[in-house]
Amino acid sequence: MNRRAARVAAALVAATCAVGYAQQRAIAPEALRSGVTFAGPAVRAMQVDDAANPAMLWVERGERLWREPPVANAKSCAACHGDATASMRGVASRFPKVAANGAVVDVEAQINACRAERQNAAPLARESEDLLALTSFVAMQSRGTPTSVTIDGPAAAAFERGRKFYYERHGQMNLSCAQCHEQNWGKRLLAETVSQGHGNAFPAYRLEWQAVGSLDRRLRACLFGIRAEMPAPGAPELLDVALFLGWRAQGLPIETPGVRR
Amino acid sequence: MAFARIQLPPEAKRGEVCEVRISIRHPMETGYRVDDLGKQIPRNTIRDLTCKLNGTLMLRANLGSGVSANPYLRFFITAAESGDLVFEWVDDAGERGDAKATLRVVG
Repeated sequence: MNRRAARVAAALVAATCAVGYAQQRAIAPEALRSGVTFAGPAVRAMQVDDAANPAMLWVERGERLWREPPVANAKSCAACHGDATASMRGVASRFPKVAANGAVVDVEAQINACRAERQNAAPLARESEDLLALTSFVAMQSRGTPTSVTIDGPAAAAFERGRKFYYERHGQMNLSCAQCHEQNWGKRLLAETVSQGHGNAFPAYRLEWQAVGSLDRRLRACLFGIRAEMPAPGAPELLDVALFLGWRAQGLPIETPGVRR
Repeated sequence: MAFARIQLPPEAKRGEVCEVRISIRHPMETGYRVDDLGKQIPRNTIRDLTCKLNGTLMLRANLGSGVSANPYLRFFITAAESGDLVFEWVDDAGERGDAKATLRVVG
């Protein structure tokens, strides 16, 4: 095969792959619905009004952490990034990202990487109040911007793993994520309406938790519900799924800080 | 780190009614729950909360296990003078918290 033929073949393969991905979207972009549209009026009212949204407690704490140096003689987040409303606008909608070495990085991991590399500070524990506060504050700056994660290049392998996890059956109930959130969304499960399962409002305040939690925690709660083995917070398989979920919700506006039941 | 969020109107007219809102990050443990190992989680609720404007008591509330986590209080005061609105509270564990906001009264 000469060079030109090879290029044409490569382009063809790429085009088929693109078509393939587009066809594999179980929910068409115009049919995407944020989780809040499945919630009752009380929860919707709580999310839409910043004065009533309890997650704003975390956001305000995050704003303070943004301005203060984490340890003595260190720079604050604001010292490099300046005004978050400008510098962090739209940033969270591009996460999770995949580093050149193939590691999936969500906003939490990016904050911890920044702490280690530029602030000389110890990483914050997953699900700690401070990390949730900073993540909520950073992610809130992207409110309204459409989710747009990258799944090609170094991200391809993680995306594939995430997709596999999503469609695999887990736990004693032997359910896959897709069986509820793709095949049965909109139907009732006891007192709940099954949502499409997008992560665009996280970190979110969940009334059940009476606190803000990450997407990671929400995924683990789902795994607990189907009686599956729960990975540790920030486990690679959860990050892979988060990447897949980002692609699945492509175009859906970020809602952080959300309120959920 | 205790943290709270106080919301006031940007300014209040002298002698008129003014809305004050506060939400406080607190677990408000009822004392009836058990942890994963079956051990009772001790009760920890905000017991006593006060709100003072320039040292004058505006509100005193005794909360308890009937109030959900991250309590949210909304009440009205008559805006008599500008000054610092200071909230102070103490919970069953003896931990104290406080929060402050400035009330601006015009006219």
